[in-house]
Amino acid sequence: MGGIDADLIAAVAPFLWDGLCTSLELLVLAMAGGISLGAILAVIRIAGPKPLAALAATYVNGLRSIPLIMVILWFYLLMPLATGRPIGAFTSALVAFTIFEAAYYSEIIRAGIQSISKQQLAAATASGLSPLQAYRFVVLPQAFRNMTPILLSQSIALFQDTSLVYVVGLRDFMTAVSVTANREGHLVAFYLFAALVYFVLCSTGAQSVQLLKKSMVSQ
Amino acid sequence: MTIPLRLDSRNFVRDELDLVLRPVVIAIDHVSKKFGDLDVLKQCSMTVLKGEVVVVCGPSGSGKSTLLKCVNGLEGFQAGTITVAGTSVGERRTDLTKLRSQIGMVFQHFELYPHLTVLQNITLAPIQVLGRTKSAAFDKAMSLLRRVGLADKADCHPGQLSGGQQQRAAIARALAMDPIAMLFDEPTSALDPETISEVLDVMTGLARDGMTMMVVTHEMGFARHVANRVVFMDGGCILEEAAAEAFFAQPSTERARSFLSKILRQQ
Repeated sequence: MGGIDADLIAAVAPFLWDGLCTSLELLVLAMAGGISLGAILAVIRIAGPKPLAALAATYVNGLRSIPLIMVILWFYLLMPLATGRPIGAFTSALVAFTIFEAAYYSEIIRAGIQSISKQQLAAATASGLSPLQAYRFVVLPQAFRNMTPILLSQSIALFQDTSLVYVVGLRDFMTAVSVTANREGHLVAFYLFAALVYFVLCSTGAQSVQLLKKSMVSQ
Repeated sequence: MTIPLRLDSRNFVRDELDLVLRPVVIAIDHVSKKFGDLDVLKQCSMTVLKGEVVVVCGPSGSGKSTLLKCVNGLEGFQAGTITVAGTSVGERRTDLTKLRSQIGMVFQHFELYPHLTVLQNITLAPIQVLGRTKSAAFDKAMSLLRRVGLADKADCHPGQLSGGQQQRAAIARALAMDPIAMLFDEPTSALDPETISEVLDVMTGLARDGMTMMVVTHEMGFARHVANRVVFMDGGCILEEAAAEAFFAQPSTERARSFLSKILRQQ
């Protein structure tokens, strides 16, 4: 077992890079899916018919009461039974993240919509806009503006959570580091490196959110 | 219904005939509304004729804003009927969205859309609801902004304007839909005293141009000089409906007298 040198770094870099790309891909797709599904759930809870709203509330509260790692594992184990064939670790993890994060995103979006004064909706409908148009052109743009910083903060947490996919054997960044560390030795060095990468990415993200918040206040 | 008299007019008979022959734009007939056990409106009846300015006044909590909001269906009511240009507001089959597009409304707190520019505030409904082209909506908006004295603020966001400017922009936004009538819900109550007159001037100009207006306000100067008729409300009831001059010269109820003496002392 040699020291850490340029050859070793060059040899493991592509493998780690692939892992990081998997993590980021999972993040972006789960964000898109989670925010979309979350928005639908939020609108159902605010404006939908009562039974549907109650169902959406149960979904949100239910998912927020179980650990993410269980959802990831269950999906991986149950999906093949439901569909009759294996769907692969990536797809199953992506679906699990989407339906789990949607519960959290929907609460953020619901609070964002409710932060817009009812009088804005009244003004929009009084001008002849249909309720749908009033939400689309007046309420939602303001609501999304207000909630963007919180949605991004939640997404930073989501990025950290992607490391949980090791339970289904998906090669994300954390798993790639772990595999490399065990194969090459230098456990401490590799895990420190992993911590450093997560730290840099997440703190940069958090800083950007702060800057965004400031620029929104000054506008 | 009392026939509005314009005693100051030299063409007294012709004006009176003209008013009698005018079509009714807003007809409120025995409207009652409850919030739980509370009677907010009790058997309210009044009309607004085409080209007429009717001021609704009364102490706060008298139900005047609620009555105004019933006219375009922002508030529901349990009994009675309201018809606007022949369309029944309370009826289930009524297309409220379409009806609202024909009635302009101005709110106490302006309610401009803060994420859009003044110009976009004014063109949103004409483009989305009436299907006007961008350039037609733009031209109309600019001419309205000139009319309310805000042509240089077209590209500002509402947050950059004073209260009086925001309210004038809100009036322009309502006018952009070519409404058959305008509803004003305490349009000057949230304004600094020095900017009230600029909004009242715009409203007076509108009245002179023949706009049909129902105005909830405490501005008794506007009521006296611009309104054709005054409706006085208290405790959810319409207690008086009279020509503006008659109302100010000799209110017929004690409550209207005490209201007037209080409010005129303040102003």
